[in-house]
Amino acid sequence: MDTTIIAPIAYLISAILFVSGIKKLSSPATARSGNVRASLAMLLAIVVTLLEHEILDWTTVAGAIIAGAVIGGILARYIQMTAMPQLVAVFNGFGGGASAAVAAAEFVRLSGTGAALGAGSGVTIVLGTLIGAVTLSGSLIAFGKLQGVVTGNPVTFPLQKPLNALLFLAIVVAGAGLASDTILQGLGLGGAEAGTWLFMALVGGALLLGVLLVIPIGGADMPVVVSLLNSYSGLAAAATGFVLGNMILIIAGALVGAAGLILTQLMCKAMNRSLGNVAFGAFGTEGQVARVKTGERPVRDVDAEQAAMVLAYANSVAVVPGYGLAVAQAQHELKKVCDLLEERGVTVRFGVHPVAGRMPGHMNVLLAEADVSYDKLLDLDDINAEFDSTDVVLIVGANDVVNPAARDPDSVIAGMPILDVDRARNVIVMKRSLSPGFAGIDNDLFYMEHTMMFFGDAKDQMSELVKEVREA
Amino acid sequence: MGELLIGLYVFVLATLAGREVISKVPPTLHTPLMSGANAISGIAIIGALVVTGSAPSLPVRILGTAGIVMATINVVGGFMVTDRMLQMFRKR
Repeated sequence: MDTTIIAPIAYLISAILFVSGIKKLSSPATARSGNVRASLAMLLAIVVTLLEHEILDWTTVAGAIIAGAVIGGILARYIQMTAMPQLVAVFNGFGGGASAAVAAAEFVRLSGTGAALGAGSGVTIVLGTLIGAVTLSGSLIAFGKLQGVVTGNPVTFPLQKPLNALLFLAIVVAGAGLASDTILQGLGLGGAEAGTWLFMALVGGALLLGVLLVIPIGGADMPVVVSLLNSYSGLAAAATGFVLGNMILIIAGALVGAAGLILTQLMCKAMNRSLGNVAFGAFGTEGQVARVKTGERPVRDVDAEQAAMVLAYANSVAVVPGYGLAVAQAQHELKKVCDLLEERGVTVRFGVHPVAGRMPGHMNVLLAEADVSYDKLLDLDDINAEFDSTDVVLIVGANDVVNPAARDPDSVIAGMPILDVDRARNVIVMKRSLSPGFAGIDNDLFYMEHTMMFFGDAKDQMSELVKEVREA
Repeated sequence: MGELLIGLYVFVLATLAGREVISKVPPTLHTPLMSGANAISGIAIIGALVVTGSAPSLPVRILGTAGIVMATINVVGGFMVTDRMLQMFRKR
């Protein structure tokens, strides 16, 4: 039998396992086995590659794999669930970095042979390096913002957009020059050495571009950024596949690219903003105090005992979690409150907005960690159909996603799909202060007649609530 | 048909297939989807193994080794953390 066919067939099996593994993610019941299947697909691809390609330098290869596995394993095992957005950003950056390194290695190898790159491999090498490097530096900045090392506020400076455009243009020209040698020769810059310098400038420029593209984007827009970088890491891997003529790289890269793109679109839709607006709009400021005149309008202030009474004597309660829940790490206390309410016969459900938190599905992971059954988590449309018949809505650390101003065509958040919590009979808002959310606008919900403000740190107040509900 | 063109066919079709299956993932699982997809983008490890394994010149070996380390972190860490998350998703 012809042995050269074994590897391609194994890669095909691996591709099938990847797709069917992702398909199993369509239900929480089968998702875990889907993930296992995808990891087996990866293992198969790796083993086949090691067997097919004559590995001459086993020490280096094995050492690098062991080092990576240990680092990755420790990070995955010991990271706090609340730090998940940062971790996803970092892993993403490494994926992009790996693709860039492979494309760069291929460039060095080919230019070492002295032969011209040729348009095909030139373009793919440039693309792989460029996308990979942007993914790496962009993800690290996103990590910094999520971890709080870099400010969560948009960082802007004069002429930022023209500068980014210019940098991008320069990278494209440098890339085109590398890909076709002819431009280089036209400038009298032919030869391998000029090519190497140009390539290094390209890498540097791409790394800088990744930084510049992410710093003007504010913290609450991170779900879009993380999704988009996810897509980039896939495209970088696919570009590397073109460089090496390897189908499994192209297929797996395309799958990731599609996943990231779909999530990006969903996140933008959930904010009624275009990708361009998110990427370049420098939208929102965290912890903004200005623009809102607090204290002029009366709010109804309640303590834990009063809030507990309202909750305990309701028939149905809908909980709306937001990023504040993650910050305060109050998910376990929240679960206790919900358990106590359910023991009393209250129906408890959760309404999760797609962009609540710092990455797609952030709240769902947080609540799953606190052992909340996933069938109680309803998405936007499903929970909105329920609010009319809900006695009490308990909002924990969410703001813009429940702001009725979204229905006002003149508002900055006009048209953003929101959770219609104001249609419920009572609303309890758990929040540290009346300060505005990320969009920097006041929230009329806080001043409505049927709204009760329950001020304080979400975790402390939730512990109080546990006590009071127990006694109610 | 050239190799590049075949690659393009495969890329486009895989994107479409991915779109079909991924659009059926419910919002509840969007984080595991993202971190799982993330792990899959570590497929770059295949490329890194190919370029490093052939005992190339030193610069290529350095780049390739860095590629293997980064991609393995991504693959091992990504699949493990996705599993850790998914085992928390339970119905009661």
